[in-house]
Amino acid sequence: MEPNDTGKFLKLIYLDLPLLLALLAVSGLGLIVLYSAGQRDLNLVIGQAMRLGLGFVIMLILAQVPPHYFRFWSPWIYLVGILLLLAVMAVGDISKGARRWLDLGVLRFQPSEIMKIAVPMTMAWFFGDKPLPPRWWHLLGGVLVTVVPFILIARQPDLGTALVVGCAGASVLFLAGLSWIVMIGLAGVLGAAIPLFWTFIMHDYQRQRVLTFLDPETDPLGAGYHIIQSKIAIGSGGIYGKGWLNGTQSHLDFLPEGSTDFIFAAFSEEFGLVGGCLLLVLYFFIVARCLYLATRAPDTYTRLLAGSLTLIFFLYAFVNSGMVSGLLPVVGLPLPLFSYGGTSLVTIMAGFGILMSIHAHRRTSTR
Amino acid sequence: MKTWQPFTQPPLDPLLTRAKDNASESELFFRRALVLVFTVFLSFLAVASRLVYLQVLNHERFTTLSDSNRVRLQPLPPTRGFIFDRNGVLLADNLASYHLEVTREQVKNLDATLAELRERIALTDADIERFRKLARRSPPYAGVPLRFQLTDEEIAKLAIDLYRLPGVDIKADLTRRYPLGPRAVHAIGYVGRIDEGELSRLDPGQYSGSTHIGKTGAEKSYEAVLHGRTGYQQVETNADGRPLRVLSRTPPTPGQHIYLSIDIRLQAVAEKLLEGYNGAIVALDPRNGEVLALASQPIYDPNLFVNGIDFASYRALNTSKDRPLLNRALRGVYPPGSTIKPLMALAGLNYGVVNRYSGVFCPGFYRLPGVSRKFRDWKHSGHGSVDMDRAIAQSCDVYFYNLALNLGIDRIHEFLDQFSMGRPIGIDLPGEKGALLPSQEWKNRVHKQPWFAGDTLSAGIGQGYFLATPLQLAHAVAVISQQGKNFAPRILYATEDPGTRAKTLEAPRPLPPVTLKNPRYWDAVIAGMIHVVEGGTAHRIGIGAQYRIAGKTGTAQVFTLGQNQRYSAKNLAKHLLDHALFIAFAPTEEPRIAVAVIAEHGGGGSATAAPLARKVMDAWLLDKYDDSITTGIPPAQDVPPHGTE
Repeated sequence: MEPNDTGKFLKLIYLDLPLLLALLAVSGLGLIVLYSAGQRDLNLVIGQAMRLGLGFVIMLILAQVPPHYFRFWSPWIYLVGILLLLAVMAVGDISKGARRWLDLGVLRFQPSEIMKIAVPMTMAWFFGDKPLPPRWWHLLGGVLVTVVPFILIARQPDLGTALVVGCAGASVLFLAGLSWIVMIGLAGVLGAAIPLFWTFIMHDYQRQRVLTFLDPETDPLGAGYHIIQSKIAIGSGGIYGKGWLNGTQSHLDFLPEGSTDFIFAAFSEEFGLVGGCLLLVLYFFIVARCLYLATRAPDTYTRLLAGSLTLIFFLYAFVNSGMVSGLLPVVGLPLPLFSYGGTSLVTIMAGFGILMSIHAHRRTSTR
Repeated sequence: MKTWQPFTQPPLDPLLTRAKDNASESELFFRRALVLVFTVFLSFLAVASRLVYLQVLNHERFTTLSDSNRVRLQPLPPTRGFIFDRNGVLLADNLASYHLEVTREQVKNLDATLAELRERIALTDADIERFRKLARRSPPYAGVPLRFQLTDEEIAKLAIDLYRLPGVDIKADLTRRYPLGPRAVHAIGYVGRIDEGELSRLDPGQYSGSTHIGKTGAEKSYEAVLHGRTGYQQVETNADGRPLRVLSRTPPTPGQHIYLSIDIRLQAVAEKLLEGYNGAIVALDPRNGEVLALASQPIYDPNLFVNGIDFASYRALNTSKDRPLLNRALRGVYPPGSTIKPLMALAGLNYGVVNRYSGVFCPGFYRLPGVSRKFRDWKHSGHGSVDMDRAIAQSCDVYFYNLALNLGIDRIHEFLDQFSMGRPIGIDLPGEKGALLPSQEWKNRVHKQPWFAGDTLSAGIGQGYFLATPLQLAHAVAVISQQGKNFAPRILYATEDPGTRAKTLEAPRPLPPVTLKNPRYWDAVIAGMIHVVEGGTAHRIGIGAQYRIAGKTGTAQVFTLGQNQRYSAKNLAKHLLDHALFIAFAPTEEPRIAVAVIAEHGGGGSATAAPLARKVMDAWLLDKYDDSITTGIPPAQDVPPHGTE
């Protein structure tokens, strides 16, 4: 790799150029779509641009932190996260029937967001100093690290975040080289747990979402309305779309949550199959680039952390696009860098910051 | 690249039996990452395939769904055409009326607003109940009517405070109005709200924006002309159904104005003359079938029906013994009595049963050969020797018993059928009755009895089974006056395009003429009818007439007397009194009006019905209208081009 001047500068601020460009491309496209999906509300776009800016600043700051700091702080962040989750259970604010928020007076936030970073960090920390592939007793520890926050978050209830946290943990196990036989066994156990999960953990509205996903036509004006209107929006877009600002489903309010969770439908309506595939390619490029960076990470901790953070990003993109197009049940995950909203954006960008740091500090770290 | 880095990271786990090997772990991670990238690729490919499925394979279906989501068709109802009389006097128009509307979306506190409105105008609990019921079914952005027919005073009271009551509006709409009230109601008819039965028959496209439809009279028969064509606009709506913008617009075509052939002054004369009786007066222009007056008493106010008649008023109208809702001119069936005699005379001449000079002796009764029962003449002492002229002028029953018997019912039926007796003539008003011209076939079918000679005698003087409507009688006398030329009676005089004001005169609708073997038979019968007025049963109306009248009196029995009883008006209850009938045309040289009058239980035709006919003819032929009659009738305006009059 022969660095040019820009490359030198980026290296100086510990950023990877292809990844940065892809992130900027997705964010920029997101803002353009948001202007349309948000009924041409410029304030909405400016607010989102500022959040994105904040996200990129966080990324930039975290990129400067050498990975061994993350490693050192991993278990402590995790412990604080667990304590905050317990605090939420005790004194958290209730919003829309779920207890997710913690009000610290000056700051109101969801501790579950911390776990999206803390679980991969701690899992990576846990397996980072153990020979891989892991032994079964190591596996037990790893499962524990993941399952505790998973249950705490699922009980809030926040199935989407719980799923992300669970997958983040599982991805570390996978990347750590857990033998296929054990993984198949675990999958079997999980499969057996689904009925229990259905009965004891899931709330009525979550069950309803799954049932509606299986057959949205049964409740076209109720629970199925979202997904039916979303499919109409996407399908009516056709190959080339209705054109920017010409989406009827989103502009006339037929598409619910058109600027947040269902922004992909609003985008597909106006930009068609071409736009949708372009976005999917961008997401795939980001994921592939991150995984490439992960393989080049210097040690096990950074590798596992980078891989797991990448998978979280993928999970958001896939679950959201899958749900909006009716491929997956409606799980409240936003489309990363695209959906209007700040909380998960900060987490995602923090993840990219850590990735950038791992990538850029690899020489200093191995030395 | 494989470099050996011994123990760069010392094992921390005491159970560790194997050293950490970064290179092999890196390779392991690389393999796993490859699997992951492949999985990610497949996942996104799955989403992309799903997009292809939705956007390419099912694109058309979803486009349709999307369009049906957003595009609504809104009807634009046309304005209903006005109705005028033949001289352009307004009989029906559309009045802007005001109602109070509340849009819930804009109201902060509905109960408080309703309470405030209640302080200002009269609001019944029923109003509020209906409002709440309607509101539940309407979207929040739609205005829901609260009170109809606001008075000027109420509008003034509300207008002052309207700015303080957001969401409360005074809305204007068009209501059918009949400015002359009950005048000519049986000709004009009325409109009412479309009911469910009509809804199922109507073209849903044409009536999607209309609330009212013609229920009776010309309003009903010329509904298609008056209604106009509904326009529509395509509007784009949002998910709540609120219209946002108009995509395309096809304006409505307003309904045409119609001019009725009636002269509202003559109509007023006829209706006033009949006051105090139940009955009908029909006046036709015999030269073309135009209905000049179509009076049926009692009359009622059509304005009551426009926005839904209240129950008590409807009950009163519907249960009244006088049956004001019955259009007696078209639907009242009466025994024609002696008014049928001119037709019988024509039949007798035409079939050669009699000639105008052959005589019959009238002893005051008629006896069928071999039967003891007497068929009475109205004149107890008898008319003595009568020929046709005298028989018509004096209305000798015995002459016509004899004539009818010689004709036989079959020939009577055949001949009178040409005058549309026993079947609807086909006037352009709804509900015309055919009444009854009896025949052997009919009696066999309905009464399962053979036809008797006695039945023929009764038919010969318009009694027995024989029934006719006032319209049929007026039409028959019109045909006589024209010596067989036959036109269907019609109420439509002209139509007018409301935009260009271009008028189209309606053409006469000829019916097959009545041809006699010798046209002079007409003269013979008309001469008899002239003698009815000049020295005959109706001689009193001939006095002082400035034109020559040909007529025929009639008295239809309601109550059958016993064999040896004599009719006495004094001794009978009013509802058993005879119906008074009179038919006439004038002037005889060049007939311009044919009239039929029926006054139910009016007693004798000569005493009661004939003077009414004279007054109608005077009004029409001499253009003589009392001020007392024309007050309240606006002056004629913008008269459409007349024919030769």
